[in-house]
Amino acid sequence: MNTPLVAVAIGFVTVCATIAVLTREPVRQAVVLAAMGLGLSVLFAVLQAPDVALSQLAVGTALTPLLILLTVRKVSRRSTAGSRPGAGGADRDDGTGR
Amino acid sequence: MSARARLLMFAAAAIVIGVFYGVASAETPSFGRASHPYGDRAVAASLAHRTANVVSSVNFDIRAFDTLGEESILFGTVLGATLLLRLARDERRRPAASERVLPTTRLFGVIWLPVALVVGVYIVAHGQLSPGGGFQGGVVLATALHLGYIAADYRVLEKVRPLAVLDVADSLAAGAFTAMGLAGLAAAGAFLKNVLPLGTFNEITSGGTVPLLNAAVGVEVASGVIVLLAHFLDQAVEITGNDEPEEAR
Repeated sequence: MNTPLVAVAIGFVTVCATIAVLTREPVRQAVVLAAMGLGLSVLFAVLQAPDVALSQLAVGTALTPLLILLTVRKVSRRSTAGSRPGAGGADRDDGTGR
Repeated sequence: MSARARLLMFAAAAIVIGVFYGVASAETPSFGRASHPYGDRAVAASLAHRTANVVSSVNFDIRAFDTLGEESILFGTVLGATLLLRLARDERRRPAASERVLPTTRLFGVIWLPVALVVGVYIVAHGQLSPGGGFQGGVVLATALHLGYIAADYRVLEKVRPLAVLDVADSLAAGAFTAMGLAGLAAAGAFLKNVLPLGTFNEITSGGTVPLLNAAVGVEVASGVIVLLAHFLDQAVEITGNDEPEEAR
């Protein structure tokens, strides 16, 4: 096993996960999540788990960020239309639906 | 419940979990060891069933029942998305317009779409031999198809994904997993028992029921993910509510 590579990958994943938690904007969060997924799949590959690395690469780096981005696009289009006079309401009414 | 009571409850639960976790961790094999009690047994069981990829042997043979559960979760997700994201009464579907694409982007798609599709099929087909399998290959197949959206436009993507066929394929593949399990029950008295001839080690037909269950999961995941993404993409691209601006895309 390659200990320095494992240490680098764990460090990268930890930093990415912290940034993902601290980021408030969902679009940026999705991008950070994709980067973290890439780091995780490198970590799994270094730890000799190529099966899990492949799953992580496909789902964590491609699929989940894509679904988040599509959802954000739909939701933000709706909320900008709903609160057209006052633009300030757009960031606060997330999660309440239509 | 007050904030103080919540904190106390959390502290009590955290202490109990922490103590038990600490005691359990002391007993586990150390990190990065060459041999592992579960690994050794899994490799022996996998070799006994002539399956070269031990992970696939665990997923589709030793613990195939777990995989049935996971596969059902994905099926339920697709079903839920289909139900929730259907066209509501106050929504309209506007067909996507054809769009101009940079020639280099189109070249990228023309070259990589077939390559990605072949890679997906390879990963599914060789799940019992090399890293990968139905789940990983299925997601590769599903995402590969969406290169068509990047390289052309949404109308092209809609032409290459026959949703009605994929809906049926998804359900059939999900049902096939259970049907094979029932076949094992009828033939050998145990659900999902590996009853087929095991074949020659490291050949594509080796492993008994492993390649079949693997292929069923591959079809289910590929069609399920395409259908799931189709509903999300429809919502983002084509479907607009009455309260949404017309030209917001």
